[in-house]
Amino acid sequence: MITITLNVNGATHKVNVRPGESLLSALRLGLGLTGAKEGCGEGDCGACTVIIDGRTVDSCIYPAGEAQGKKVRTVEGLASNGKLSPLQEAFVEHGAVQCGFCIPGMLMSATALLERNPKPSEAAIRLGLSGNLCRCTGYAKIVEAVRAAASPA
Amino acid sequence: MQSFTWINAKSIEEVKGALAKHGKKARIFAGGGDLTTLMKERIDTPEFVVNIGDVKDIHYIREEKDGLHIGAMTILADLAEHEAVLGRYTALAEAAGAVASPQLRNMGSIGGNLCQRPRCWYYRGAFHCYKKGGDFCFAVTGDNRYYHSILKGELCYMVHPSDTAVALLALDARITIAGPQKEKTVKAEDFFIGPRQDVLRENILQPAELITEIVVPTPPANTRSTFLKTRIRGSWDFALASVAVRCTAKNGVCQAARLALGGVAPVPLRVERAERALAGKKITRELSQQAAQLATAGARPMTMNRYKVDLTRSLVEKALLAVA
Repeated sequence: MITITLNVNGATHKVNVRPGESLLSALRLGLGLTGAKEGCGEGDCGACTVIIDGRTVDSCIYPAGEAQGKKVRTVEGLASNGKLSPLQEAFVEHGAVQCGFCIPGMLMSATALLERNPKPSEAAIRLGLSGNLCRCTGYAKIVEAVRAAASPA
Repeated sequence: MQSFTWINAKSIEEVKGALAKHGKKARIFAGGGDLTTLMKERIDTPEFVVNIGDVKDIHYIREEKDGLHIGAMTILADLAEHEAVLGRYTALAEAAGAVASPQLRNMGSIGGNLCQRPRCWYYRGAFHCYKKGGDFCFAVTGDNRYYHSILKGELCYMVHPSDTAVALLALDARITIAGPQKEKTVKAEDFFIGPRQDVLRENILQPAELITEIVVPTPPANTRSTFLKTRIRGSWDFALASVAVRCTAKNGVCQAARLALGGVAPVPLRVERAERALAGKKITRELSQQAAQLATAGARPMTMNRYKVDLTRSLVEKALLAVA
């Protein structure tokens, strides 16, 4: 085991990992941050999506050691002072969540999208979420939620 | 995943040293998108994994006098969004943007994209095929509807999965390779090799070599390029067929064209017969149809992928009309 230092959601943590261990594993097992999920484990489904230095990555195939010195954000960091982010509120409001397994990844992809492009077209939203699979919703309500969060009433 | 030793190289010299020491037991880890999945599925079981993510001087996109210089670790998302790449090397920006998903484009490097292993599901599954040292291609008698060739297949009927490779062929790029010998530079089309040359690999890299840089020459004046790709799913997938074209035209008359196909052969395939048919002529629908016929001439579709011939032709036509 080696000890690495991770900056996650603004806080610095020391974590013991095996060489080459995935960031997802370090987050879930090392830090108890179980928001990011393992779906396929091969970078196909996006359930493990986190944001590193402003860009989304599939943390299941991202080496934990590579995240040292970078800013990692997970779904646990979206709410502040117990208050959901406007995007999270929109997901609740629009019924964008069914089983919920893909939602942490969806929220991180949508968060990164809106930070880079605050007024995305529907095509841009669909492209921004194209690396996140959902097996329940059919995506329509998720896209609606992101659109609503992008243009608050 | 079988356990392995992780080597975190900080410089090209360290990478070369580790590769020279461990030879065939070592693999390069760039973005990791392909290698990690190969290792998780135990298709590849290296004893040493050499991470090049922290090698500082291979992350760059620079436009210089002779063209575009791209460090091998440059991520695909940066290429897809780069203003100069979008403007003057459009096919490459479009190809980089068509690779996989946003997350994988944020992780995946251009060097790694060029060195991907096949997507044939027999290779990715528990089949001891030619690519794994066996003596059979299961796709010939099996299900060959998606990631299998219609051109140049022999022994192994894989198709090369890289989108950026197709664009680099059309853009006449050069690939720089470092290794135990003196650094060398090869044309993109000479980098890739078919199964007849060596069925166990898809490019000329020796175990102790790596790509360090890709150089795309400055296109001549009045030149446009584009990359088109068809895939099973709209969200993200590998190419069923793709095409990249670079065309220099004056008053609608094509002076020189370069045309390459992806998803249809074991290598990204430059089709010079079609290029020659375009030179000196005005690009019309009829001429683009003729070029499309020439591009797929000699196609030998497999039992389930005849549709790829028509698909490829229509992509060639569309691409030519787009750059004319």
